[in-house]
Amino acid sequence: MTMSTVDGCGAPDQAADLPASVDIAKETVITGTVRAGDAPVGGAYVRLLDSTGEFTAEVVTSPAGQFRFFAAPGTWTLRALSREGNGDTTVAAAQGLNEVAVPVR
Amino acid sequence: MSRDDVLVSADWAEKNLGAENVVFVEVDEDTTAYDGGHIQGAVKINWKTELQDQVRRDFVNKEQFEALLSSKGIGTDDTVVLYGGNNNWFAAYAYWYFKLYGHRNVKLLDGGRKKWELDNRPYTTDVPQRPATSYTAQEQDRSIRAFRDDVVAAIGTQNLIDVRSPDEYAGRLLAPAHLPQEQAQRPGHVPTALSVPWSKAANEDGTFKTDDELRRIYGEAGLDDSKDTIAYCRIGERSSHTWFVLKELLGHQSVRNYDGSWTEYGSLVGVPVAIGDEPGKA
Repeated sequence: MTMSTVDGCGAPDQAADLPASVDIAKETVITGTVRAGDAPVGGAYVRLLDSTGEFTAEVVTSPAGQFRFFAAPGTWTLRALSREGNGDTTVAAAQGLNEVAVPVR
Repeated sequence: MSRDDVLVSADWAEKNLGAENVVFVEVDEDTTAYDGGHIQGAVKINWKTELQDQVRRDFVNKEQFEALLSSKGIGTDDTVVLYGGNNNWFAAYAYWYFKLYGHRNVKLLDGGRKKWELDNRPYTTDVPQRPATSYTAQEQDRSIRAFRDDVVAAIGTQNLIDVRSPDEYAGRLLAPAHLPQEQAQRPGHVPTALSVPWSKAANEDGTFKTDDELRRIYGEAGLDDSKDTIAYCRIGERSSHTWFVLKELLGHQSVRNYDGSWTEYGSLVGVPVAIGDEPGKA
């Protein structure tokens, strides 16, 4: 038996295509890749912090270093922790798709 | 009850892999993480398919829980060490759930998968074969589980703690931000609930903060420890994390987890809801 992602609270597969049920016109998607130098970092822990620095969500990157959040328009910080190092990136997100790179060192 | 009775460190865990009468259990909503690598000897429990009734919205009953643990090779008197991803949310939920069914010796691995991985500790893909047991559970301990009517009755009289993110509390988001936001329930929070996100209790690596730090956080938030407390989130797993902090680490007497949480409360007809950053009035 399968339940939809909204029945749970764990993160969906970070490399999967956006589910067909997700209306990109209504969502504020923040997505991107964690890299150490040129190399993508899989298995990195990426957290989304709100404009006050408070934790909002966390996902683990796919083997290709990808992550994805569903947020709201506004300023957000992405903080990555990994065995390759840590890093922060701030993004001013708008409704629709927002692409962000998060370097770690 | 002290921290050492309910929490083990990654160092302790690594030294006690394979120890007699100790069973490591990885709990997640999505067990593909376990399948890709887990702590040596650990068995897995799937939060969604094994701990929830698959027809009604409720837990598996006592007999089903006994059958589940028996099939996993977990004995009634074994020490169960729980861990998982998502900063131990589902492991904390399982901890509360094991307590609900009266398991005596249960502990959380501080930091869960994240701390284990950031420490560069080893995983295996070998799946252990544990002989089946004959597990005996107790009747549910309702003193740690709250239902919707308990929550409504607590408005303005008991401590209500909303442990979701500030944007979910205020009604700006309807789910944690790794999930799509299109949801059926109304946004907001239970009036008079204090906003203390679960994450306040954890360090960045997923370990719990010290008892002194924890006491300060809930004290500053205005938690009155002479009153009973109900914690809730969206589906009851993040609030299990806070339940663990208040009941097991700080030793508060009466703390209940509302597992129906916002997905139930936000869909109820006729109950009061507050929106915005303030707790609101009863």
